[in-house]
Amino acid sequence: MQLVLAILTSALILAGAAFALVAAIGLNRLPDIYSRMHAASKAGTVASGLLLLAVGLQSGDIAVLARALAGFFFFVLTAPVSAHLLAMASLKAGYSMANQSVCNEMPVVNNE
Amino acid sequence: MIIYVLSLMMAIIWAAITGSATIHNLIFGFLLSAAALWIVRDEMSATGYLLRLGRILSLLLLFFKELALSAWKVAVLVTRRKMQVKPGIFAFPLTVDRDFEITLLANLITLTPGTMSVDVSKDRKFLYVHAIDCSDVEATKREIAEGFERKIMEAFR
Repeated sequence: MQLVLAILTSALILAGAAFALVAAIGLNRLPDIYSRMHAASKAGTVASGLLLLAVGLQSGDIAVLARALAGFFFFVLTAPVSAHLLAMASLKAGYSMANQSVCNEMPVVNNE
Repeated sequence: MIIYVLSLMMAIIWAAITGSATIHNLIFGFLLSAAALWIVRDEMSATGYLLRLGRILSLLLLFFKELALSAWKVAVLVTRRKMQVKPGIFAFPLTVDRDFEITLLANLITLTPGTMSVDVSKDRKFLYVHAIDCSDVEATKREIAEGFERKIMEAFR
C-alpha cells in the first residue's frame, strides 16, 4: 500500500513537472503574447493541479487533501481570468498578432 | 429538505477546509452555511434541484476532460520540432445572455483546447476568442456552441 502510494505520488509529481516544463517551453517558442497565454494558462493550471494532488495524496490526511483540492479549484478559477486580462490589456495597448495569424474578426479598438 | 442536505454538505466542506472535524467546528460550519444560504434564498429554487445538480456535475466532468486534453495538445504543439501555428481571433456569437453565464463560458473556453477568450463586445452579442489554430473557424464555433454553451444552458436554465 505504501509502495503504491509512493509510486502514484511520484508519477503525479513527474507529470506535473513535465507540464510545467512544457508551459515554459511554450512561453519561449510561441510567436506572440496571445498564443503564449495558451501555454501559460492551460499547461500551467494542469501542472499545478497535479502537484497539489500529489501533496494531498502523500499527506494521507483528508484535511490536507481537501485544502489541496481547494487550491486547485482556485487555480482553475483564476488562471483563465489572468490570461484573459493580459490578452485584453495587450490588445488595448496595441500589440499586434504574429505574422502567421490567419484571421482577425476583432473590430478595431480605439483608445478610450 | 434539500436546503438542509446542502448546508450539511457545506458544513462538511467547512470542516475539511478549516482542518478540524470537532463537533464545535461542524456546528459552526452548519450555522455559517445556513446563514450563507439564507442570504441567497431568493436566487435558488428548490424544484428540480437534484436534476440540475446532475447536469452541473456533467458539465464539470466535461470540463476536466477538456482541460486534460488541452494541456496535452499544448504539450504536443510546443515540443514539435517545426512548430506550425495559425493563430487568429474570431468572433463567437453568444446565445447565453446573463452575465454569469457569459463569464462561465469565457472561463471554460480559456481552459479548453486551443482557444482563449479575449473580450466581450459592448452589446454582449459576441465573444472574441483567440484560437491557436484558426484554420477552421466554423468547426471551432460549432464545437463551442454544441458543447459548453449547450451544457451551460441545460444546467442553469
